Amino acid sequence: MNAPSEAILVEQLRAGSDEAFESLVREHGGVMLATARRVLGQDADAQDAVQDAFVQAFRKIDTFHGESKLRTWLHRITVNASLMKLRSSRSRPAVSIDELLPQFLEDGHRTVGEKRWSDPGLVAAERSETRAIVREMIDCLPDDYREVVLLRDVEQLDTKETADFLGVGLAVVKTRLHRARQALRTLLARRFAGVTGC
Amino acid sequence: MLTCRELFEFLHDYLARDLSLAQRASFELHLTVCKHCREYLATYKKTIDLTCAACEPDDDVPEDVPEDLVQAILNARRSK
Repeated sequence: MNAPSEAILVEQLRAGSDEAFESLVREHGGVMLATARRVLGQDADAQDAVQDAFVQAFRKIDTFHGESKLRTWLHRITVNASLMKLRSSRSRPAVSIDELLPQFLEDGHRTVGEKRWSDPGLVAAERSETRAIVREMIDCLPDDYREVVLLRDVEQLDTKETADFLGVGLAVVKTRLHRARQALRTLLARRFAGVTGC
Repeated sequence: MLTCRELFEFLHDYLARDLSLAQRASFELHLTVCKHCREYLATYKKTIDLTCAACEPDDDVPEDVPEDLVQAILNARRSK
């Protein structure tokens, strides 16, 4: 079946066409699944999120007025569905963010130096193993911080888009992102030094 | 000159290139004399790079949506 143009496809979806819905799923499902996998990490959760996203998209198709591309609209719905899934499927308690932030002396200088990460322990690590460690450490962060990291550093949304997504101000996004990156840096430093867990 | 604490407060804006020329100069002056902060900055940037790379889909993930997922979505829509 040839893919209908976007405007025709949307009209058919509004009319409740089964064929149009299947066309939508086949054309956009792969990209949406890749998005959900980036946010969620787990393939089973990602498939659930994509299923939820398509059901929502079909319900809300009357709210799509063509200001953005259908692909952009579906991406937003997929990220939303993935964040909902992320919150409901936390597999471990989140860490306390304050304990992971840098410590300073009374005069404002650092209490300890930093170990470089170019040591053999990290360089020699298998790429997939490193990716799994980073993903695990992201999942240790409290939800508010994990979501900002996923939207800004993984989905590469800008600060304004992230703020709109989360319903918070620009300054909140910047502060949360900075604190989340600092906490994640501490978690990774610990793990690369051989400490297990969050 | 900035303290380490002040430098850390500017870190996000420094990488986002949101600092004024004067602020950027102060930031970089501190870096020239503080080995701890240079090394922290390097690992902070490495954290961002690893985060981005860690969440990219594996190379062997197909772009096409799996057929069983297609059928599950179609069934979910019919049952709603």
